[in-house]
Amino acid sequence: MALPQVKLDATEARLAGMGLPDGGAWISEARQEALARVQSMGLPARRDEYWKYTRPDALVQAEALPAPVMEITDTPIFDEMERVKIVFVDGVFDPEASDDLSLEGVQIERLADAGAKDIHWAKELYGVLEANGQSPVERPLAALNSAYASDGLVIHVTGKAPKPISLVYLRQSDQADAMLHHVIKVESGAELTLLENGPAAARFSTVMEADIAMGGALHHIRAQGRDHERRAVTHIFARLATESVFKSFTLSVNGVLSRNEAVLELTGDDAIAHVAGAAVGDGDFHHDDTVFVTHDAVNCESRQVFKKVLRNGATGVFQGKILVKEGAQKTDGYQISQALLLDGDSQFLVKPELEIYADDVACSHGSTSGAIDDTALFYLRSRGVPEGPATDLLTLAFLAEALEEIEDDDITEEIRQRLENWLMRHRG
Amino acid sequence: MAALDTSSDKTEAQVREGVDRETVETVQSMAGKYKYGWDTEIEMEYAPKGVTPDIVRLISEKNNEPEWMTDWRLAAFDRWSQMKEPDWAMVEYPEIDFQDIYYYARPKSMEEKPKSLDEVDPKLLATYEKLGIPLKEQMILAGIEGAGEAPSEGRKVAVDAVFDSVSVGTTFQKELEEAGVIFCSISEAIENHPELVKKYLGSVVPVTDNFYATLNSAVFSDGSFVYVPPGVRCPMELSTYFRINAENTGQFERTLIIADKGSYVSYLEGCTAPQRDTNQLHAAVVEIVIEEDAEVKYSTVQNWYPGDEEGKGGIYNFVTKRADCRGDRAKVMWTQVETGSAVTWKYPSCILRGDDSQGEFYSIAIANNYQQADTGTKMVHLGKNTKSRIVSKGISAGRAQNTYRGLVSMHPKAKHGRNYTQCDSLLIGDKCGAHTVPYIEVKNNSARVEHEATTSKVDDDQLFYCRSRGMDEEEAVALVVNGFCKEVLQALPMEFAMEAQQLVAISLEGSVG
Repeated sequence: MALPQVKLDATEARLAGMGLPDGGAWISEARQEALARVQSMGLPARRDEYWKYTRPDALVQAEALPAPVMEITDTPIFDEMERVKIVFVDGVFDPEASDDLSLEGVQIERLADAGAKDIHWAKELYGVLEANGQSPVERPLAALNSAYASDGLVIHVTGKAPKPISLVYLRQSDQADAMLHHVIKVESGAELTLLENGPAAARFSTVMEADIAMGGALHHIRAQGRDHERRAVTHIFARLATESVFKSFTLSVNGVLSRNEAVLELTGDDAIAHVAGAAVGDGDFHHDDTVFVTHDAVNCESRQVFKKVLRNGATGVFQGKILVKEGAQKTDGYQISQALLLDGDSQFLVKPELEIYADDVACSHGSTSGAIDDTALFYLRSRGVPEGPATDLLTLAFLAEALEEIEDDDITEEIRQRLENWLMRHRG
Repeated sequence: MAALDTSSDKTEAQVREGVDRETVETVQSMAGKYKYGWDTEIEMEYAPKGVTPDIVRLISEKNNEPEWMTDWRLAAFDRWSQMKEPDWAMVEYPEIDFQDIYYYARPKSMEEKPKSLDEVDPKLLATYEKLGIPLKEQMILAGIEGAGEAPSEGRKVAVDAVFDSVSVGTTFQKELEEAGVIFCSISEAIENHPELVKKYLGSVVPVTDNFYATLNSAVFSDGSFVYVPPGVRCPMELSTYFRINAENTGQFERTLIIADKGSYVSYLEGCTAPQRDTNQLHAAVVEIVIEEDAEVKYSTVQNWYPGDEEGKGGIYNFVTKRADCRGDRAKVMWTQVETGSAVTWKYPSCILRGDDSQGEFYSIAIANNYQQADTGTKMVHLGKNTKSRIVSKGISAGRAQNTYRGLVSMHPKAKHGRNYTQCDSLLIGDKCGAHTVPYIEVKNNSARVEHEATTSKVDDDQLFYCRSRGMDEEEAVALVVNGFCKEVLQALPMEFAMEAQQLVAISLEGSVG
């Protein structure tokens, strides 16, 4: 089907100033194919159903809008943890600031290095999971990333990693427009925890393709940057084999635009996939969680838990879908999206979908939105808690269910602390 | 072969033993066949196939419409010719050739509009009688009094009977008139109450609303009109019974209900069609206007021919229904039992404009064999303290696909709005699908919105319990399903509740095992 002219023009305008990065034969081929996908799909436009609640304009236009770098005085999150720290500045790997790329049971390479080789295992995954995830719903910005991202990591997990890999995205320029693409392969029985934090760039696009073999596990915890003017679009494509586990949690505070897509495919029996998120924002904060879980095997479990606290006209979006394919019996699918609206101008726009083609399943979704419970607030105040702290306490209680999705208690506590600090700083 | 012989012998034997034909038919109907699949042989008059401005003019002319109405239709046709058929619903069907349909078909005997029901062709009256809808008032009364249990205070239901493109007659018009209620076909309303029609027609579902509604605006041939004046509680339930009979004919009816300040009316709608191999199109529009303190209950049992076990034939049911709660404290309640149609595309909606107005939507959608249903509601909260409640029960069996699609929208001004939505799906068999596509848009924090959805299969323990009490599997499933639907069945008026309960059982027959 021919694309509408407007879309064609917008796509061409974006691609005009860009060149495919250099690389070996396999990656160049993958990038060419990704570019062809972008051209045939066209970049998202305002009237696309999948972008009903989030305007893609700022993510599509040729020039990234500037975003001033925020001065952050407190210790960055995850800083006190034992980890392998890998730093990217404005979307470019910084070897000086990073630890050695070595970790027991894990091989870590830069995408540029892996791409320069003639043969590499990443060929089986780079752009492949992204391409799989283009149906039934198109995600052109992910294909754009596969075509043009020149940096990122290629991680091969063959054993149980003794400590997490921590990706730190710093920024120096007000203008940087960055793309990172990570490929992660978790072998049978292997395990890794991956941490991400930082704002990365004024406009940031990241794609993570993760393939988890039988009995493997990948834990992913992310704290998106606090720079208020930053814009980000992120994609996670995960493929889960038998008895494998994937768990992802995202904390977002501030940001005029975050579109976090997760596309999870459970292809082996007894696999477990969880995605969760806690987001708090003020004013022109716009936060969109878009999740698509496909159950294509027996006895799998998936959970989606998203909580948003919205104030002073902030907007929260959730589009979640559970697709249970024919034959995917004994599926346990759960989805909850909730918003706490702390004033009359904030809005919560939700589309929680179920599409089910198997009969022996238990799938449910729930969505609620509303103000803080007056009775609970009154109770706290009658016990002498002033209104500000009382509201914070109830807000934290509301977010708790999402935080419980994090496996590691220390990380849960650190994130809870960050949320409490944010609420205190933004009180009143 | 031998088995076949035995079964035919059996039927023979039963008839021979003095069991009348009707009993045999009833038994057959209970065996899972569509009960209303017969047709009436009657001489029909058709407009030429296809839709053009000339056909639109012809329909308008046949209904003796004034010029403003003809122009209204032509404008709609103009608009429709530029529109594209929507494709977002989760239904699949071969492309419809809109020029290969008869847009107007009426029994020859209706050429001269009968002045009273006594003048109506007995064949037509017999048709409705066979459908269980007696049109003769004496018969209705006699029937009720004959039953002996509720003599003179028996519940009366006034019926407007629509056969293909025309209204055959409306019962109890006199009695309703005494109460001030206008209940007639829409063609009569255009003739006799043009001021009301002009004021309200297209005011809830605008001409430009959507592809099918716009087509309906151009070619609707008849339908029902209700006006309940201020402060009047309609003395009986009103109902319209739609019957498609002619082959290759589309039915496009238009219903307009106006409940003036402080009034109340309960309206029932039923529909059936003969069993045919080809698909037929039904594209209706229902508009309801509810003024201050008024209340309307609208109940539908939709039992259009669903197609056979292989998915051949059946009605395409593309319907736009919307209620506008214009005044404060206005109230509307939609209840629907959707068991028929090959493809259903239907979203009865509520616009809650008046402060403290209320909308409710109760739905059971059952899809068996190759049926596809994409149905739900829209609750648009505009006024303060508006409340809405959605309870939707979708049941899929065989190879059917059943989708709930809905919108709950709380506008910034809808302070203290409240919505509760519950969508449950039940799957019977591993080849069918159940889907939920809700849109929830909350734009103020004093509003409270809750949405819950579940999908499950018929519980084995419940089935086992029923079986252990001596029920066969189909009976047991029907009972469990009826329990699943109870919340909605309870919202139906008495007359419908029984029928709906049986329909739920019949629609699912053959889906077990």
